[in-house]
Formats: sequence, structure tokens, C-alpha cells
Amino acid sequence: MLLLQFILIGISIGSVYALIALGTVLIYKATRVINFAQGELVMIGAFIGYTSLVSWGLPIFIALPVTLLLSGVIGYLAERFVLRRIAHGPLISVIMVTLGLSIFLKGGVTGVWGTSMYSFPKIFPESTINLLGIKLPQVYFWSMVVAVIIFVLFVFFFKYTDLGLAMRGVADNQKAAASLGVNVFSVVGLSWVFSGIVAALGGILLANISLLNINMSDVGLKAFPVVILGGFDSLLGAVIGGLVIGVIESVAGGYLATIVSGAIDQVVAFAILLIILLIKPQGLFGTKEVERL
Amino acid sequence: MVNKKSLVKWAVIAAILATVPLYSGNYILSLVNLAAIAVTGAVGLNILTGYTGQISLGHAAFMGVGAYVAGYLMTNYHLPFLLAVLIGGIASAIAGIIFGSPSLRLKGLYLAMATLASQILLEYVFKNWRSVTGGVSGMYIESPSILGFSFGTDQRFYYLAMGFALIAIWTASNLFKTKTGRAFIAIRDRDIAAEIIGISSFKYKLISFAISSFYAGVAGSLLALYLTLVVPESFVLSVSIQYVAMVIIGGPGTIAGAIYGAIFVTLLPQGIEYITNILAQFYPMEALFAALRDMTFGLLIILFLLFEPKGLSDIIPRIGRWFKGLFLKKGGESRNLSHIQ
Repeated sequence: MLLLQFILIGISIGSVYALIALGTVLIYKATRVINFAQGELVMIGAFIGYTSLVSWGLPIFIALPVTLLLSGVIGYLAERFVLRRIAHGPLISVIMVTLGLSIFLKGGVTGVWGTSMYSFPKIFPESTINLLGIKLPQVYFWSMVVAVIIFVLFVFFFKYTDLGLAMRGVADNQKAAASLGVNVFSVVGLSWVFSGIVAALGGILLANISLLNINMSDVGLKAFPVVILGGFDSLLGAVIGGLVIGVIESVAGGYLATIVSGAIDQVVAFAILLIILLIKPQGLFGTKEVERL
Repeated sequence: MVNKKSLVKWAVIAAILATVPLYSGNYILSLVNLAAIAVTGAVGLNILTGYTGQISLGHAAFMGVGAYVAGYLMTNYHLPFLLAVLIGGIASAIAGIIFGSPSLRLKGLYLAMATLASQILLEYVFKNWRSVTGGVSGMYIESPSILGFSFGTDQRFYYLAMGFALIAIWTASNLFKTKTGRAFIAIRDRDIAAEIIGISSFKYKLISFAISSFYAGVAGSLLALYLTLVVPESFVLSVSIQYVAMVIIGGPGTIAGAIYGAIFVTLLPQGIEYITNILAQFYPMEALFAALRDMTFGLLIILFLLFEPKGLSDIIPRIGRWFKGLFLKKGGESRNLSHIQ
């Protein structure tokens, strides 16, 4: 029974990881950029959500679109003014520029919102929900629902819309896509917008689960074990990877916390990352890359 | 061989370096010492990042391995500090080989991931293996001394830190005159082509990572000796990022770049603190320093990468030439003409 509870909580937290990793995968697929600023996008989304709900006093059905829109704009600006100039540069520069971006954004958030703890207004009912005989806070349940909805939306978008097809084309081969009349820049920009939006959704959910402060951006690092497990270029992999990592963390935290000291649940994902690199570096659903001269 | 002019130049530099403690206050000298330690670490990371083209996000953690090993040996086995520093470096190199070998067979991206993971795992070990590391409160170690001569003051430690920094610079610049060093550069420039002409990419990447981690371990041990305290906060992820920034801002793939970058990144927070103190009188604000520091640092990384990818090692000579041009315009021209005639 305890195990089932740990698994359910793990799936809920894992859903948030899945959302964050979806953003990472979207950007990687479109431009081969590994975005280390994803956690900052998550945090900024949560802070904008807080400001629009509390400081501006907007009702949730207006505050949510406003937050998502602003977060998408921030994602777009990051691509337009920073990444576009360097996305085809050496790997070191690309990684480092997103790290620079993350430090810059974190400084900006410190400047605007400071370093104190905020308690996010509860957007889901406080009552618990009964799932498989386990009582869970509603927010846990809704995290799963949001992650599933977003994933299904993306699948439909990529499968059945022209824009989705264009994005897949750009992911596959930028030059070929461009020669067929796809505006590569706007497609890449759009993937950053989407990435900012899903990051903000993750941030709002996470802020409802725990407290909101400047250290929330650390969660962005969790996207890396997730995408290494799921495969860097697979949306399905991001979702499955997110859930698996979430469950492992929750179970490890639940059972090992009494045996070993410190927050073992916060690092176990990175041990898994190293193991996957050893046995299956392309991840569960990623494509194995063949390098040519 | 060495001509007279450069001999004079080096003699002047040596004289300046040797006399720094005589006319510097303790505050300046503590910054110089920290910068010298950072130079040792940055020169090491530059071997991996600048010359071999691989990115490590775990440099600080490998510094930490060296610091804890050296500290542990000194406190518990009373090893002479030079030996402890050496063993600290070797321990870091071994840690580098262990954490690096799975990912070094793969593309550079995976080394970034593996070093990120080892950074986080090692940080956890530093904080939680209390019987060895002392946990978050850290490990106290005695000041280094040789035959009763203690390096416990900033003035004396300066010679130690500077000595190690100079050895680091000298060994690194000689490394790239050897077959191994050139193999690193070949892998950076064209990894698959290098493999085709018989350079084992995995082997040399592993050597590069081990050497770079060795430097990290030495730098970490020095930091421990200087602070006489080893705490996990000295070796967190943001410090690793600072070291990559030193290489990027200084100029990757040049020895001078690592030096400039290490000095610049070490002094930057001090400069920003100074500006913060002035600004705070006009805009009293919570966490103004942290905000300014992070925004400036992040922006500098972005701007250097976008507009000055060769870093300070390219900018500083350019400024030098500009000044020369300003003062010696006529002389410069006539010399050029006489050269043509």
C-alpha cells in the first residue's frame, strides 16, 4: 500500500518532469540545442503566474493564458536574440550560451521577485482525491492529467497539422525543409514558444505542489536524466522518462531516506543517467546517430 | 633560443611577480591568491575544453575530490602537504577516469551530461559522507608548512599559489608541443578525421580528461590549504560553470586565455559588489548584489560567445595594438616602410 502511494506520488511529480523534458526535447529536435535554461523558464512561468494571480488579481481563466503567453514570448526572445546567432556553432558554445542565459534569467528573477519564499495560490481544490484506494491531494492528480493532455495535443499537432509537419521537417533536415519553402526561423522560434509554454505549465503545477522561490529553477536539471533515459529526440521518451524518473525518485526517497543520509531522492536520477550512458546512451526511444565526415 | 629582448621582458615579469606581496595589502593579496588558484584550475580545464573540445560541467567537483583527499591525508595521516596535493591531484584524475570513461566513447554532448551527473553525485557525497568529509560544516586542515616554515599568511601563501600557477602554465604550454597534446587539438578540430589517421579518439579524450582533472585536483587542494577549510559550497555546480566561463571569456585554446579568464572571473564579483554598494544608496532593494552579479555574469558569457568567441586573449592584444597605434603612429609607419625598402 505504501509502495502504491509512493508510485502514485512519483507519477505526479514525474508528470511535471515530463512537461519540463518535453520543452527540452522540442528545442533539441528543432535545433540540436541542449537548453540548460529550461529550469529558469519553468521558474519564470511560475513567478509570472503568481504575479498575475496575486499582484494583478486576475481570475485564473485570464491569468493562465496571460502567463502562458508571456512565457512563450520569453522563450521566443531567447531564441531570436541569443540562440539564433549561435545554434549552429560548436557544442561547447551552444551549451555555454544557454548556461549564460540561465544565469542571466535567474539574476533577472532575483531582481524582480527577490529571494524570498512565495506561497502560490492554490488553483486546485484542497480536498484529496481517492485513486486506487490511495488518498492524493488533487494537485497531484491534475498534474498527471495536464501532462497527458499536453502530450496528446503535441502528438495531434505533429501528426495532423501543416505546421506540425513543417516542424518535423525542420527537425529532420533544416536545409531540405528550407528548400521546400518552410520558414525555418519561424518554426524554430515556434518551438521555443511551445517550450516556454510547457515550462510555464510545469512551473505552475510545481508551485502548487511545493513552495515557489528562486531555487525552483534547479528542477530544470532533472530534465537531463529524463531525456537521457527517454532519448533526446523523442516526445514519447520525455513523457515515459519523466514518469519513470519520478517514480524511481519517489520510491528511492521513501525507502532509502531512513537508511542513507541527505536527500537521496534528489540525486538518484543522476546515478541512473550515468548507468544509461554506460548501457544505452541513445535512451529508450531516441534514434542512434551515425556520424559521417 | 631566447633572445635578449624577451629575456628582459621575462626578467621584468619575474621581478614584478616576486615583489607583489611587498606592496600589496592583505585584501588585494587574498584576491591575487584566489586568482592564482583559479589560474591553475582554469589552465587545466582549458586543456579539456579549449584544446580537446570537450565540455565538463564537473570541474568544481573534481577540485573537491582533490581538496578532500589532500585534506583527509593531511589531518589523519600527517602527510607533508606537497605530497598530499600530489595525491589529491591523482585522486581527481582517477575520479575523472571513472566518471568520464562511459561517455567519452560518445559525442561531446554525453560528456556534458556525465560530468553534470558526477558533479551532482559528488556534491551529495561531500555533504553526506560525514565521517570523512565533515558534512556541510566541512573539514578543518592545518596551514601548509615545510620544515617548520609555515605558509599561513597571505604573503607567504602567495609564493605557493603563484608557484603552482606558474608550474601549471609551464607544463600546459609544453604539453602542446608533445604528440599527446597535438592529438588533443586534432580531436577538437576534426574528430573523425583524427580517428582515421590513427589517433584513438577515446584514448586521447580520456587522457585529456584525466590531465584536466589532475589540475583540478591540485587547484582544489591548494584552495583547501589556503582557506584551511574544505566545505561543499566551494565545489558546487555554479563554480563548475564559472570555470567553463573562465575558459570561454578568456579565450578557449590559448594558455593566456585561461589566465585572463581566471583573473577576470575571480575579480568580477568584487567589481560588482563595489558598484552595488554605490547603487544601493539610490535603489535600496533586496538581493541587489545577487541580481546584478548574475545578470552581468550571464550577459557577459552570452556576449563573449556571440561577439568575441576568441575571448580576452584576442581583445587584450587588440587593445594593446590600438594604444601602440595611438602613440607610435609615425614611428610604426616609418618602420613598416623601411622594412619594404
